[in-house]
Amino acid sequence: MEYILEMKNITKEFPGVKALDKVDFEVKDGEILGLVGENGAGKSTLIKIIGGIHIPSKGEIYVGGKKVVFNSPNDAFSKGISIVHQELNLCPNLTVAENVFLGMENLGEGRNNFLKTVDMKKLEEAAQNLLNRIGAQFSPNTLVRELSTAQQQMVEICKALARNPKMILMDEPTSSLSIEEVERLMKIIKELKKQGISIVFVSHRIEEVVGICDRVIILRDGKRVGTLEKDEIEENKIIKYMVGRDVELFPKHVERKKGELILEVKNLKWQKMVKDVSFKLHRGEILGFAGLVGAGRSETMQLIFGINKLENGEMFYKGHPYNPESPYDAIKNGIALIPEDRKLQGLILQMSVKDNIVIPSLRRIAKSGFVLDEIKEREIAKEFVNKLQVRTPSIYHIANNLSGGNQQKVVLAKWLVSKSDVLIFDEPTRGIDVASKAEIHKLMEELAAQGYGVIMISSELPEILNLSDRIIVMFEGKVMVELDNSKRNITQEEIMYYASGKKQLVNP
Amino acid sequence: MSKQNRAFRELGPLVALIALGVFTAILNPRFLSIYNLQTLGKQAAIFGIMAIGETFVIMSGGGSIDLSPGSMVALIGIVSTYMIVHGIPVFIAILVSLGLSILIGLWHGFFVNKLKVPAFIITLGTLTIARGMAAVITKGWPIVGLPKNFVMIAQGDVVGFPIPVIILFTVLLITHFVLEKTVYGKHLRATGGNEVAARFSGVKVEKVRYIAFVVSAFLSGLVGIIVAARLSQGQPGVGGTYELYAIASAVIGGTSLSGGEGSALGAVIGAGIISLLWNALVMLNVSTYWHNVIIGAVIVIAVTLDILRKKSLARSK
Ligand SMILES: Nc1ncnc2c1ncn2[C@@H]1O[C@H](COP(=O)(O)OP(=O)(O)OP(=O)(O)O)[C@@H](O)[C@H]1O
Ligand SMILES: [Mg+2]
Repeated sequence: MEYILEMKNITKEFPGVKALDKVDFEVKDGEILGLVGENGAGKSTLIKIIGGIHIPSKGEIYVGGKKVVFNSPNDAFSKGISIVHQELNLCPNLTVAENVFLGMENLGEGRNNFLKTVDMKKLEEAAQNLLNRIGAQFSPNTLVRELSTAQQQMVEICKALARNPKMILMDEPTSSLSIEEVERLMKIIKELKKQGISIVFVSHRIEEVVGICDRVIILRDGKRVGTLEKDEIEENKIIKYMVGRDVELFPKHVERKKGELILEVKNLKWQKMVKDVSFKLHRGEILGFAGLVGAGRSETMQLIFGINKLENGEMFYKGHPYNPESPYDAIKNGIALIPEDRKLQGLILQMSVKDNIVIPSLRRIAKSGFVLDEIKEREIAKEFVNKLQVRTPSIYHIANNLSGGNQQKVVLAKWLVSKSDVLIFDEPTRGIDVASKAEIHKLMEELAAQGYGVIMISSELPEILNLSDRIIVMFEGKVMVELDNSKRNITQEEIMYYASGKKQLVNP
Repeated sequence: MSKQNRAFRELGPLVALIALGVFTAILNPRFLSIYNLQTLGKQAAIFGIMAIGETFVIMSGGGSIDLSPGSMVALIGIVSTYMIVHGIPVFIAILVSLGLSILIGLWHGFFVNKLKVPAFIITLGTLTIARGMAAVITKGWPIVGLPKNFVMIAQGDVVGFPIPVIILFTVLLITHFVLEKTVYGKHLRATGGNEVAARFSGVKVEKVRYIAFVVSAFLSGLVGIIVAARLSQGQPGVGGTYELYAIASAVIGGTSLSGGEGSALGAVIGAGIISLLWNALVMLNVSTYWHNVIIGAVIVIAVTLDILRKKSLARSK
């Protein structure tokens, strides 16, 4: 049997959207299969169908040559299929071991009913084995809430492995990882392949796909538009299939003039996350923040945005001392933060796209400051939905039903609508497809050229290197170094060097 | 929730309300007598006003709920009538009583926002404290001897419409406007939907919650005055379990207990259903022993049906 999974003619319709249109899909035994496509192309939908979360409107699924019908995640598990979803699905209040074996507390022996007692010792042992298998360094009785995103990602992988799968589908597992962590994950994936497990790998970072996949399937607008075999896999071929045209990845850098000083912070301190951070931001520049996940970059920005209260240090905004009480204060002053976690911090999921976009600006849009102006709201929302090419059936669609990347665009739109002088982007292109990423980069460059002060935190080094005029590298809550990148001459290695906490580069 | 969906929201409960009315009218034509309709209207006004307040609190999310309305009705009824029989002008007495209600709402908001005490607990405290205070003030006796201009508030009418009904519609008009058309309404939905994202968007989440609790306490106080006027006396024991009807009305009217969704109109229709049911049971000569049993069952059925309906609506679309 060559294919361990085969899907024929899969169609999936949601209200107002045909997410998948007669898609054939097959996974070979022991291969690493790349699945790529633009935001909203239908990747997650396809994966959810394989995982028994969505039921296809039409089409058939065969596992090992036999026709199957998946009605629930358990149906998929029982056929040896595990999924690591695009959004992490862990219970923060439970330990690693409890999360890994959630729903199979019996470790697969006998029936798992409510009256069975749970043997925590055995559970932790089993979890430890899985953690060893992928080389994770934390203990199985840690609470998940204490883990970093990358570590949580590993818990998800253990959770998938716990079901003894023949095949694991990973939906954008690298989107919130930094470069080192990505390399680690790639090793794990190759290891799993050696152990005979097939992997389906979804990512918007095309270089990762090129680096690891044995075969690539490309979706566009819910249709399968191409397949590349091992020797055909090339970055520009993939992108061409995805977008249907050539894309200039990092558009020519537009000249911009560094303007007056707008924000200065000195010796910021907050708990253990921010130990000593000082920097200046000028109008008309993009200041990049590099570092590993957990270096304290987001926490620093949250101080500037008034989410957490400064414990020590000073801030000056437009020449005056500045110490925001709340995000409300920061926004009123003209500082906007585009947060990293779209579901938790960025969106009100059951509200419409339009409502999400206008919410920070409601007061400004409203008549006499408190009566809503529907018409104006609609115009603004439409304008930005078009500008950022958000793929949604209408501006009244609820945010929860958009694809991950399109949700991210809504978060961006919301802050572009609110008029600010300082824009802080925290991982602005996480989960965004190549073409839209280029759009967003262009937009950020334009904003800087128009005289905004732009700060960008990113774990994607090419993004940092190509966009930033200056780069600050942080490590464990401190600024390691500030690099002048106005000539775009800083290299990936340099950043990696400082990001790992080393002080002085001997041979620059 | 999309626009179209929201317009639909109140349709189910509204149909139920009308059907129930028609059904009762057919079985007992006396149901349609002016006198009965006025009685029904007053009852619906009492539940409806409280349910609107409850809707604000529940919508603010984070598991918020207000358990104090029933006891607030007793306390504010006593405070206002006590002042009146001690010679304070009716108008002043009412203003002071409503002022006290607002203070109690702020008190709830303070515990929830600043001390992070769950709303359930702090308002449960008020549930017993307020009723206790009402008994302390009166030593358990009713306060009687109220002037005509006070009892008019509940017993008077304008071209046949009882004044409480007019108050209800005024409150409904204002709160509907606030919830559907103002920035506050949006911010309330956002806070209930995702508190963190709302805060990140510059919504003053705490202020939003303060206002929700104040609105609820204020409206309960208003009902306290109406009830005292209706009974022509201040009664420390009045209003027991009213909070449950307020919550039930809100939920029947489409308020989501997890926050973020709800409407004033829905709350009033929900209150209409409960009041009508009560009235119908009397009209149809059902033994009073059965009343609570039937009303409880109807609440469960109504809410379950509504949830199923929403689910199927979401799926079929
Ligand atoms: N539950 C849902 N209800 C309605 N529409 C949905 C739902 N889930 C997905 N969609 C729509 O289906 C389409 C495909 O979405 P999907 O999440 O599969 O995209 P994707 O390829 O994973 O994109 P991304 O790269 O942004 O994650 C999108 O247009 C999306 O809006
Ligand atoms: Mg996806």
